[in-house]
Amino acid sequence: MISGEKIRELEAIAVKLRKHVINMTCAAASGHPGGSLSAADIVTILYFHQLKQDPKKPAWPERDRFVMSKGHAAPILYAALAESGYFPVSYLKTLRQLGSSLQGHVDMLSLPGIEMSTGSLGQGLSAANGMALANRLDKKDARIYCLMGDGECQEGQIWEAAMTSAHYKLDNLTAFVDHNKFQIDGPVEKIKNLAPFADKWQAFGWKVICCDGHNMAELADSLEKAVQTKGKPTVIIANTVKGKGVSFMEEHPLDYHGKAPSDDEEKRAIAELCLREKHQ
Amino acid sequence: MSEAKMIATRDAYGKVLAEIGRENPNVVVLDADLAVSTKTCEFAKAFPERFFDMGVAEQDMIGTAAGLAASGKIAFCSTFAVFGSGRAWDQVRVSVAYTRLNVKIVVTHSGITVGEDGASHQANEDIAIMRALPNMTVVVPADAVETEKVIREAVRFYGPMYVRLSRPKTRVIHENGYEFKIGKGEVLRPGGDLTIIACGTMVAPALDAAALLEQHGVRARVVNMPTIKPLDKELIVKCALETGAVVTVEEHSILGGLGGAVAEVLVENAPVPMVRVGLKDVFGESGTPDELLVKYGLTAEEIARAARSAAGRKK
Repeated sequence: MISGEKIRELEAIAVKLRKHVINMTCAAASGHPGGSLSAADIVTILYFHQLKQDPKKPAWPERDRFVMSKGHAAPILYAALAESGYFPVSYLKTLRQLGSSLQGHVDMLSLPGIEMSTGSLGQGLSAANGMALANRLDKKDARIYCLMGDGECQEGQIWEAAMTSAHYKLDNLTAFVDHNKFQIDGPVEKIKNLAPFADKWQAFGWKVICCDGHNMAELADSLEKAVQTKGKPTVIIANTVKGKGVSFMEEHPLDYHGKAPSDDEEKRAIAELCLREKHQ
Repeated sequence: MSEAKMIATRDAYGKVLAEIGRENPNVVVLDADLAVSTKTCEFAKAFPERFFDMGVAEQDMIGTAAGLAASGKIAFCSTFAVFGSGRAWDQVRVSVAYTRLNVKIVVTHSGITVGEDGASHQANEDIAIMRALPNMTVVVPADAVETEKVIREAVRFYGPMYVRLSRPKTRVIHENGYEFKIGKGEVLRPGGDLTIIACGTMVAPALDAAALLEQHGVRARVVNMPTIKPLDKELIVKCALETGAVVTVEEHSILGGLGGAVAEVLVENAPVPMVRVGLKDVFGESGTPDELLVKYGLTAEEIARAARSAAGRKK
């Protein structure tokens, strides 16, 4: 069981990471704030509670690995890596700039701590399976985590990979879906409905856990259950809100999928997040 | 010539891959439901725990291989050339080439000698689309001996590699002592009137064409060019300058493959009359491999005709 104190600590970190996302994307004048904010709590609990990693040794062979399959949520991962100590927080402002390691979509060759380059949706789960199979061959206890978007699950490769994870009984793999219900062109339900989403994963042979993707206690509990599950992979369908933490982004999720906040919007967003910090 | 040994490059691949499995525990092999045809079944039989049949899911196969490679494995992926290149191109691009991971995509059943299966299964564009990818090395072995050397080199070499093999038996033109080097072409036959540059299944007919040409007093130099990328520019320019005309021959479209690559080098460095022999921007069809080679102009006679045409345009 995760302690109340730890939960409060994680919540505070999540707010900090959200502020980084706003500042970074505003400085870059481009990027994907909406899907970064919806994934903020998932990424926070992974990097500050769950993953066995050593930022001083990014290539430590026994580490847990995290694959960001929804590569456009790069800002939230960069924020987590910086706050974990992989690189200085001050470097975050170079997001998307020429010569920066903080590429628009994550690039494993330019930034230590990135386990797989992504950006073209649908590819991360296959790579995560490969890592899980390698750990099994090498008899390593380390675990593999993968984060997908819900719109991303319209890609056929996700379901090819889902079959693979189940076929090989990859219980050292935990997948998350950041189920924020929106994709670029509109609500996922209207564009191409995924429902019944949990049933689909179950039918593909997965242990399925649904939770509130902004509730640290539920996320921690889901992760614990995933680790205990034997003989099959686990997917945690995290119900989230696109733009979570910034009221005008939550209200207009489609406007902030791939659009950075303006200077004025940045001020308002940061003010809101600071207020939230005070109330924690 | 009738005495010549005939071995399919895919058979050579299956054999050497199983040997490598014994020598190197770090090698893993993936296939997409074609292990019996690509010959990875030999590795699968010997090392079942290191063999992954991904089913009919080429995109997932490439992505899984990338994950295995990211964890330190040397991952060989096999399927037919159409599927290993076209069906999974974006996965190759992002998960393998962009990441520069140690994945070897070894495809069989390339070109029209797939035969009876017809156009849907005949990859005549794969060299072009794989060569366009940064970080990708592209190799087309000419025979069984070269295939073995290429696969062994693929294990030593770190990084993504696309190796293009064939279905039918092809004439063995190399001695066992042959040494393959990535990025190096090989002069198989001297000659000063023009140069025929060939790869894969077309190297043997290119040699036959040179013999035909000699009967007519034309001395053709024949070059085997197994590595399409990185290309042996030095040798190509040298041959162009020394012989004054070039013919390329490949069981692939004349667009973007060996012919395209050689043309790029020549036009920038040593423009000479050139003819590209290959599929002329058309799909193939069903037929026996030999019937198709005749219909699409991939015979010694057609190569010789192209050679006379190129040489005739010399200034």
